[in-house]
Formats: sequence, C-alpha cells, structure tokens
Amino acid sequence: MKPTAVTRAYRRRAPGEPRAIGYVYILPALIVYAAFLLYPFGQSVWLSFVHWDGLTVATPAGFDNYRALFSDASLRAPFLHALLLLVFYAALPVAIGLLLAALMSRVRIRGMTFFRTVLFLPQVLALIVVGVAWRSILAPDGLLNDALRAVGLGGLARPWLGDYTWALPAVGVVGTWVGTGLCMVLFLAGAQRIPRELYEAARMDGAGPLREFLTVTLPGLRPQIAVALTLTVVAGLRNFDLIYITTSGGPGNATSVPAYEVYHRAFETNQVGSAAAVGVALTVLIFVLTVTVSRLVEGRRA
Amino acid sequence: MTTRLERTVTYGILALFTVIALTPVIGILSTAFGSQSSLDTGFSLPKGGLHWSNFADAWSRGHFGTYLGNSVLVTAVVVAATTVLAVLAAYAFGVMRFPGSTVLFHLFVIGLTLPQEALVVPLYFDLRYAELTDSYWALILPQTAQSLAFGVFWMRTYFRGSARSVIEAARIDGANTWTTLWRVLVPMGRPAISTMVVITFMWTWNEFLMALVMVSDEAHRTVPLGLAFFQGQHSSDAALLAAASVLIALPVVVVYVALQRRFIEGMLGGAVKE
Repeated sequence: MKPTAVTRAYRRRAPGEPRAIGYVYILPALIVYAAFLLYPFGQSVWLSFVHWDGLTVATPAGFDNYRALFSDASLRAPFLHALLLLVFYAALPVAIGLLLAALMSRVRIRGMTFFRTVLFLPQVLALIVVGVAWRSILAPDGLLNDALRAVGLGGLARPWLGDYTWALPAVGVVGTWVGTGLCMVLFLAGAQRIPRELYEAARMDGAGPLREFLTVTLPGLRPQIAVALTLTVVAGLRNFDLIYITTSGGPGNATSVPAYEVYHRAFETNQVGSAAAVGVALTVLIFVLTVTVSRLVEGRRA
Repeated sequence: MTTRLERTVTYGILALFTVIALTPVIGILSTAFGSQSSLDTGFSLPKGGLHWSNFADAWSRGHFGTYLGNSVLVTAVVVAATTVLAVLAAYAFGVMRFPGSTVLFHLFVIGLTLPQEALVVPLYFDLRYAELTDSYWALILPQTAQSLAFGVFWMRTYFRGSARSVIEAARIDGANTWTTLWRVLVPMGRPAISTMVVITFMWTWNEFLMALVMVSDEAHRTVPLGLAFFQGQHSSDAALLAAASVLIALPVVVVYVALQRRFIEGMLGGAVKE
C-alpha cells in the first residue's frame, strides 16, 4: 500500500474508530466499579425487601420496609428534616450567591483570586473538622452566645445543638456556611462572563436594578444556577458527617436525617432491611430532585 | 458606569462574607494554640504564648501519628489506583467506538449521584464475610470504586477534547493504542490528570462514613475517624481537639491554596453534565 493510502485509511478511521480493544481498557475499572459500587447497590435493593437483623436468616418483607417510610413517624421525620435542611443547604446558599452576583455583576473586582480562594475554603475542609469548629461556635459558652450577650441579647442565648426547636436550624446554618462559598464562586465567575453591553442596553431601556437583575443577570446565570443547585442538593441529602459529629441525630431525633438513619438502623439497632430501604429511597429522592432541578432551571434544554 | 458608592458596598459585602468564611477557621487555629487547662468549650485565644505542645500531644496522646500514617497510605493507594484505572477506561470511552460504550459510560456516571448510604450496608456485610473489615482493603476498594465515577467522567472529557490530529500523527508514526496513550496523551494531559488527582485526594482524605463502618480497631483508623473518637473521649479538651483538627485539615488546605484554580474547576466540573 502506498503511504498516502495508509494515511487516508487512518484519517477516515481515527479517532473514534471501532476497536474491540476498548473493552480491554475499560475492564479493570469496570471490575472494581461493578464489584464495589454497582453490585452493593443491587444488594441494597434486595435487602430493602427483607427483614434482617444482620445475624439470623433473612425473611421476605415485600414492601413492608417501604410502607414504613410513610407510616412510621421515626422514619418519616428524617426525610422531612432532610427536605427542610435543603432550605439551608441549597436554597439559602443559592439565594445569597445570586444576591451577591447581582451586586458584583456591575463592578470589576480586584483581588478576585483572593476572595474566591477564601470563600471556597469551607468546601475543602473535612466535614468532621467543620463540625468540630461549629460545635465550638454553637456551644453554650461558644462564640454565638458570647456575641449575643455582648450586644445585650443574652436572653436568646441557648445550647443551640441541644435545643429541640433550634438544633435543626443550627445544623442548617452550618450547611449554609459550607455551601454559600461554592455558589458565590460559581455565580461570580458566571456574572463576569455576562457581556457588559447587555447591562448598558437594559439601562438605556430604563431598567432599574431589579429589572436589570431579572432580565440580564438571572437568565445569564442559568447554567450556573443549575450546577449550584445540583451540587448543593446532592451534598445536602448525602450529608452524614455533619450530623454525626454535631448532634448524632439528637436531641431525641430532632436532627435525624436519612443518611444518619441508614447508619443507625444498620449498625446500631440491627434493622438491616429497613436501613437498606432508607438508602434506596434516598437514592430515588436524589435522582428525582436532580432531574427536577435540571428541568426547571435549564428549561428548554432538558 | 459604576459609582464609588456601589464599589464600596460591593467590597464591603465581599469583606463581610470573607470574615464569615474565615471565623470558624481562625477560631479553631486560635484554640489549637491555646492553653489545655482552659475549660471553655468554645473558642479561646492563646494566652501566655503559643502552645505548640498541643500538636505534639494530639500526635502522641491522641494517636494522630498512627491515624495520619493510615490516611496517607489509604489515600495514596486510592489516588494511584483511581488514576490508572480511570485513565485507561476514559481513553477507551473518549477515542474509541464499540458497541455498548454509551451504556457503559452512563453506568459510570451514575456513580456521581449515587449516595454512599445506598452502598455501605451491603458493603460492610460483604467485606466482613470476606474477612476484610478492619483492613486497609476495606477502605481502599470501596473508595476507589466511588472515585472512578468522577475520574472516568473527567478524563473522558479530556480525551474527547485532545486533538484528533495528535492521535492520527501518532498512529501514522506506527504507535499502537497503548503507546499513543502513555507516550502522547498522558504527558499532554498532565493538567487534567492533576486536577483529578487533587480532587480524589481530598475526597479520600476527608472520607468519614466508610471508615466509621469498616474500621472498629484503632490500628486502622484514618484521621477523620480519629477526630470523631477523640471528640467522644476528650470533648472538654478543646485545645487538643482543635490541634487535631488543624493536623487533619492542613494537608488539604495547603494543596488547595497552591492549586486553587484547578481545584475549584475540578469540583465544579464533576457536576456539569454534557
């Protein structure tokens, strides 16, 4: 064969050429992934349909474990807590991030790298460390109560994480602290990419700050909002570490969440089937919410 | 045109959020250097000089020397295994076509949203059956599997974007797929690979639930697990607790500050669907 023919043959085929050898490259990853992720997930689904204490023989449960998610108050509460926490873990960070992006879309910021690095910092700390730090802030003699007393609001001071009413919002605030920087960094990056002419045009049309936000900033940030919501919702629903280290679900079960309930049931009270059902239900919830987010925010594209 | 007032307000708000982001961090740092005799469970300011001895105490009394060693070992193996396996698989997904490749790739991407809570229960019983709980394997294998979802997704994006012409040129020079990958694409893809390495490092280092479930003996505890137990036993010892927290957070924070751009890109990139 002449070189040119060879060249042409390769050009037509490579890359993206059919190659059975691709399977060989995928195989090692697939084995580990299937054995330690896909297969256990399948087992979880199976376990969710049995009653099992982890020791004796499992007995079929039908949909009992799933029905209990609705009928058993101690299982319903963790899901309600999780949904409420999403206000703190996802909605608030996105709202605050948007507010700031709206302000900053009009100003060119110096020292952006510094602000971005610091604001994103909470994301990279181990949640266990975050929990330890916030326990100190929310402790009876912690920073928050000290601050309240200092400004004469000592009457509001309380052991935040041990209070039946306030423990859940208190844990929520920690989640807001973790998530806000992520959203701000995303939106600031997005806002700086919105063409300035759009703002000038809006102002020529006599738009005030609110209209400017609604017609220019918000549509311009759509993709970033979708990413931010997806990330924060998934992280919020998966969250185990923070609850474990700050409240262990207490007081009572005031801060119990599905992630914690899985651990508690499977490894502390020997209700393995029920724990698996909570895990599977959590997976479905995450899936439904992420699909909803991309439908709602990305609109036509979904 | 933006007014001076607008500018000031903007910087003022940025400064406010910077303070909010830093307060818990600085509080922990300051407590870590504080006196151990302080009974305050909140933050404290170091009085009478910096108590560097807190770190030594956390190291020896809290056994953080052992925990850090375990964390280094587990993280190094998970990161190395994830990198090699993800590069190989993503290469095939990115530049080759074969029946079922789309389905297989989606199978990997599912792992990005699948919560650990839906895996950890059977994993524990499987690994206990195989007598692997309380071993490094029980930490390494599940975490490698979970990191692969991001790794394969991230590296496939790189391979798809890597120049066609480069691959063609390599082929014409007689390179087979294996040589093309390791001699041409991997050296070119160093930025993408290091992003993946850094993200996997952070996730593995900070991982808690898997360690909590898989490890009951002290010899195999990783640092986040060590901190949780340490808090259970010494919750009144704020200075030691804070010093231990600093020891745990420091490696990730150092890498983060050095490579912050790559870090943020990677973490956000993992969630961006095509």
